Amino acid sequence: MKKKILLIPLGALALLCCFPILFLCTGMLMDKGELKECLGPVLQGTEGYVSWRLVPRFPTLQNVVELLLDSPEFFVMFWNSVRMTAGILAGQLLVGVPAAWGLARYRFRGRKLLYTLYIILMMMPFQVRMLSDYLVLDRLHILDSHLGIILPAAFSTFPVFIMYRFFGGIPEAVIESARLDGANALQIFGYIGVPLGAGGIVSAMVLGFLEYWNLIEQPLTFLKDKTLWPLSLYLPNIGLERAGTAFASSAAALLPAVFVFLLGQDYLEQGIAAAAVKE
Amino acid sequence: MTGFLFLLPSLAGVVVFILLPFADVVRRSFTSVLGAFVGLANYRTVFSNSAFLRAAWNTLRFTAVCIPLLLLLSLAAAVCLQRLPKAGKVLKSAYLVPMAIPVASVVLLWKLVFLRGGILNGLLAWAGKAPTDWMNTDGAFFVLVFSYLWKNLGYDVILWLAGLAGISPEIYEAARVDGAGEWRIFASITMPNLLPSLYTIAVLSFLNSFKAFREAYLVAGDYPHESIYLLQHLFNNWFRDLALDKMAAAAVVTAAVILALVLVLQRAWERE
Repeated sequence: MKKKILLIPLGALALLCCFPILFLCTGMLMDKGELKECLGPVLQGTEGYVSWRLVPRFPTLQNVVELLLDSPEFFVMFWNSVRMTAGILAGQLLVGVPAAWGLARYRFRGRKLLYTLYIILMMMPFQVRMLSDYLVLDRLHILDSHLGIILPAAFSTFPVFIMYRFFGGIPEAVIESARLDGANALQIFGYIGVPLGAGGIVSAMVLGFLEYWNLIEQPLTFLKDKTLWPLSLYLPNIGLERAGTAFASSAAALLPAVFVFLLGQDYLEQGIAAAAVKE
Repeated sequence: MTGFLFLLPSLAGVVVFILLPFADVVRRSFTSVLGAFVGLANYRTVFSNSAFLRAAWNTLRFTAVCIPLLLLLSLAAAVCLQRLPKAGKVLKSAYLVPMAIPVASVVLLWKLVFLRGGILNGLLAWAGKAPTDWMNTDGAFFVLVFSYLWKNLGYDVILWLAGLAGISPEIYEAARVDGAGEWRIFASITMPNLLPSLYTIAVLSFLNSFKAFREAYLVAGDYPHESIYLLQHLFNNWFRDLALDKMAAAAVVTAAVILALVLVLQRAWERE
């Protein structure tokens, strides 16, 4: 009985966490008249306050249809987001997976120092890296391009750290027996390391997706050409007077993230917890 | 040697994209924009710059309010969740949902809740309290604190749960057999055993607090209310003015502070 009482505050907290999804879906399904009526106090500055309903009065897909048919810029921005996120994650896979394997399974001189360096670098917020990123992108002439966003992020050391934790957990005996069977270093990496550390790789990708789908600071700083902007910078620029479009596109930006979240939730949890458990 | 070869592509990228340019930033922090050596002058300018002091103070204040709140709230939630094995799994997922909601999507909601004619003021009026202009007063600070807590609760709950799972059930069994009460068990067993996790979680929460800029920027733009003018806003303004010398010095200072924190974290990990 005592335990049941705990459910009330915990459940309330959970509702508060999930409420925005419901809110966005409701707003997306409302027709123009209802939105105008609900948001009037913010839109026209009329007296009173924004009101809201849990379920729209006349649910309609009008907003979604308009977004899909009449907002070509939405598709450009959506595609920009997809391109940048996919590019970054592919880069992280390509260089990050072998790096994590090398750090986790081999002993070589300077390994400990490099590992510490990787941890320090993954902790640096954007404001520390802002000027140095600018200097290198300027030198390479890739400012104002998607490549300029993708490359620095592809070499992020954070996914290396996550995958390192998982690779480190593979029992030495498995690797030893493969070596006795005559497998070379690349075969051990490809046939044993990658499959057994797959959980870590997926964890890093899920965490990475949620991070890069949200990219704000980098494109804001390095992309002058607004047609290159990701969805995350475009959405807040839709004024409230186009509330229907704002709701529909916010919901559309939410969709891939929720999809990845639902599919990869266990990996997400493992990825977060990887930082808390000891080596 | 093979291990190093596996690492090499990543390391080469790190050197080219992070280390070398940062070395250049350190060099620039001692020179003027035109390249003349000026010693510590840039650092002196930065530390006497009122915008920097305000931004640094706000960032510090934000951290000092948010992190203890987040740590306590998430610890309480984690300890409760551990007692509810069935409902716990669902609730844990619910707490993680905000991580998946893009900032850009939630900005719309934040606006409708916190604007002058927004939902929150509506609730206040309904309860007979005076409404506030949340985004244009000190209230902006609390909006930012709320949005940070909302976003990071699940992340910290998972970290605490990982720490809690590391405490062996036998200790609890033994204490219960000896007749210890729930609070006594929490104070004498749970807390001391969670201490190493506390360091880790505090530092990770601190680093996530830098991301609060996203909400501040998307809701309030380049020039928000002064209570939420953060270091990242200042860096953006300096970048726009091409004040690269000031940026360099401030970046080095920020990096030094974070480096010190990370070393503390490392020591905590090693003690474990």
